[in-house]
Amino acid sequence: MSHQKNYLDMDLLRFTTAGSVDDGKSTLIGRLLYDSKSIFEDQLEAVERSSKQRGDEIVNLALLTDGLRSEREQGITIDVAYRYFATPRRKFIIADTPGHIQYTRNMVTGASTANLAIILVDARKGVIEQTCRHAFIASLLKIQHIVVCVNKMDLVNYEEDVYEKIKDDFADFASRLDVPNVDFIPISALNGDNVVDRSNNMPWYGGNTLLYNLETVYIGAEYNHVDARFPIQWVIRPQSKEHHDFRGFAGRVAGGVFKKGDEVLALPSGFKSKIKGIHTIDGDLEEAFAPMSVCITLEDELDISRGDMIVKPNNPPDSTQDVEAMVCWFSDTSSLQAGKKYTLRHTTREVKCIPKEVRYKVNINNLHKIEDDLEVKLNDIARIAFRVSSPLFVDSYNRNRLTGSFILVDDMTNVTVGAGMIL
Amino acid sequence: MKTYNLTHLKQLEAESIFVIREVAAQFERPVLLFSGGKDSIVMTRLAQKAFWPARLPFPLLHVDTGHNFPETIEYRDNLAKDIGAELVVRYVQDSIDKGRVKEETGYNASRNMLQTVTLLDALEEFQFDAAMGGARRDEEKARAKERFFSHRTEFGQWDPKNQRPELWNLFNGKKNFGEHFRVFPLSNWTEMDIWQYIALENLPLPTIYFSHEREVIERSGTLLATSEFLTLNDQEVPSKRIVRFRTVGDMTCTGAVESEANSVQDIIGEVAAARVTERGGRADDKRSETAMEDRKKEGYF
Repeated sequence: MSHQKNYLDMDLLRFTTAGSVDDGKSTLIGRLLYDSKSIFEDQLEAVERSSKQRGDEIVNLALLTDGLRSEREQGITIDVAYRYFATPRRKFIIADTPGHIQYTRNMVTGASTANLAIILVDARKGVIEQTCRHAFIASLLKIQHIVVCVNKMDLVNYEEDVYEKIKDDFADFASRLDVPNVDFIPISALNGDNVVDRSNNMPWYGGNTLLYNLETVYIGAEYNHVDARFPIQWVIRPQSKEHHDFRGFAGRVAGGVFKKGDEVLALPSGFKSKIKGIHTIDGDLEEAFAPMSVCITLEDELDISRGDMIVKPNNPPDSTQDVEAMVCWFSDTSSLQAGKKYTLRHTTREVKCIPKEVRYKVNINNLHKIEDDLEVKLNDIARIAFRVSSPLFVDSYNRNRLTGSFILVDDMTNVTVGAGMIL
Repeated sequence: MKTYNLTHLKQLEAESIFVIREVAAQFERPVLLFSGGKDSIVMTRLAQKAFWPARLPFPLLHVDTGHNFPETIEYRDNLAKDIGAELVVRYVQDSIDKGRVKEETGYNASRNMLQTVTLLDALEEFQFDAAMGGARRDEEKARAKERFFSHRTEFGQWDPKNQRPELWNLFNGKKNFGEHFRVFPLSNWTEMDIWQYIALENLPLPTIYFSHEREVIERSGTLLATSEFLTLNDQEVPSKRIVRFRTVGDMTCTGAVESEANSVQDIIGEVAAARVTERGGRADDKRSETAMEDRKKEGYF
């Protein structure tokens, strides 16, 4: 019974891993899964078999995470893969993203839902362009915590000087970024030093192991509990005898706290009402907060539908048709075209938009602004001004990830071509 | 100050309900694929929560191989009746009779691969444009890269290199006529999460999940239930054992484990101590290193 009680009290940490080719990222994840006993015998046997076939000298833990055949053949990870493990304290979701330059898109995708980013640095190579790129993307996506793992310490004789130099170099670069919390850990993913167990090879290091850091980092402030935002997903109308007049608004709270009796404002209509009840199949709730999925009824009959938003009258979001955003471009077949119409999806609302002006692009290796080449291509990050067909109810991405983000869809191909963070 | 935190199970629940509602809102004719297994039972419960007090705004579809455990079929029919859901059943046998597929014969014969054709035919017959499945990313390595909203070509096929990026909680379900989506609301759940949720919600399960006596044979390290669908060779001698099943698939390829677990709590204890994945008992995955990836490309779940 105690096992179950623990399990029901666990919280959830989502983290992303980024590293360059051969930084040992897959090995690190394999090590975390292996040392936390999340690997099953049949999985390990399969890996042992494959390692032997490939002629690897030791069991190649990286094979645990290289999923698709084309990756196994090339020995690189080509897409975001999600991994799961749990310790008695926490459940973890890893968004494992490849690090080479052409996959900025995947790193942005993985980072969009992460609370924490692990950035791997090869101790022999030190802080390189890709390290800076990963750090910049983590800060752009507003990840609260970065853990810099200085890997392959075994290959530099576990020397403290090497670690300290990398720490200084990274801190120097990070001072130009907006990341509240950066930690450094010297590790060897291959040998397991400081991953789950403390290393005997680096007595000079007095900090925590990586797993301890992941288990204890504070994640209580991940959602905005101040600005009440409830985007409507679906209107529930049972049309049954028992619930004849029931008209409930289903959605997931994107910010703030809603309580029974609260005065609310519906956007875009501007009508006010009060919350009559917050309903679930398990009974009514007194309050709802992010990221709960609930159904809300109002005292008055208002005409509200999908894409509308319920907020508090004293603290509404910006209602605007002009949006200024940092955009990451995802399409490998077409660059962003100013003046072309795209579909923009923000919360549960879908509108048309036209990019009016590309203000600048960012060189993500050194953070310099690029103003002489404004063509926005695959993996570019640019500041862009948009005009949208009807008002969006937005907060800045800094304030709320859910009401401050959007995706762009190409109407010709239906493909998601860009992701935006509202300024 | 009061802190607002959800436990990880409540976060998973909220995420899945959100995804299921997005499916109802973004597609014209969604369907929930119901296999009678624990994952589809949890998914059906989440769908019920998503639209309560209204009924499900989509039907349940079961692709019946004809080789199912009878306990599963009974459970399926009762559940659909209890929650007032529309249930559609399509049979692999019909696909065989119509000559759409050729039945495998012999020793390792299984109808598992044949389901894909019946499924794709059913999607076309009803013009379903989004099929929700209970697959989880932790099940198998090809599934670790699956999206919540997984785009399929007009041939029902999966192209792992051409999937749409999914950011935040923004899902893009746009498609051309004739294409459809597979949607996986339970993507982020693990086997342990599923069992804990079943315990938390007190969900009833088909009896084959619990310990019972059954006649089985041992084949390549897997215990298979004897039935009229299983061809034995000369060395295979059936014996009675106390077993249960960790997944619910076809009788011909779903391995049993020896177990005394009689309750969900017992099973949770067993899962916590397990050293073999639940799909470790699935003969269909062992056909090759990339068996799942290959089947998915063809349109399998």
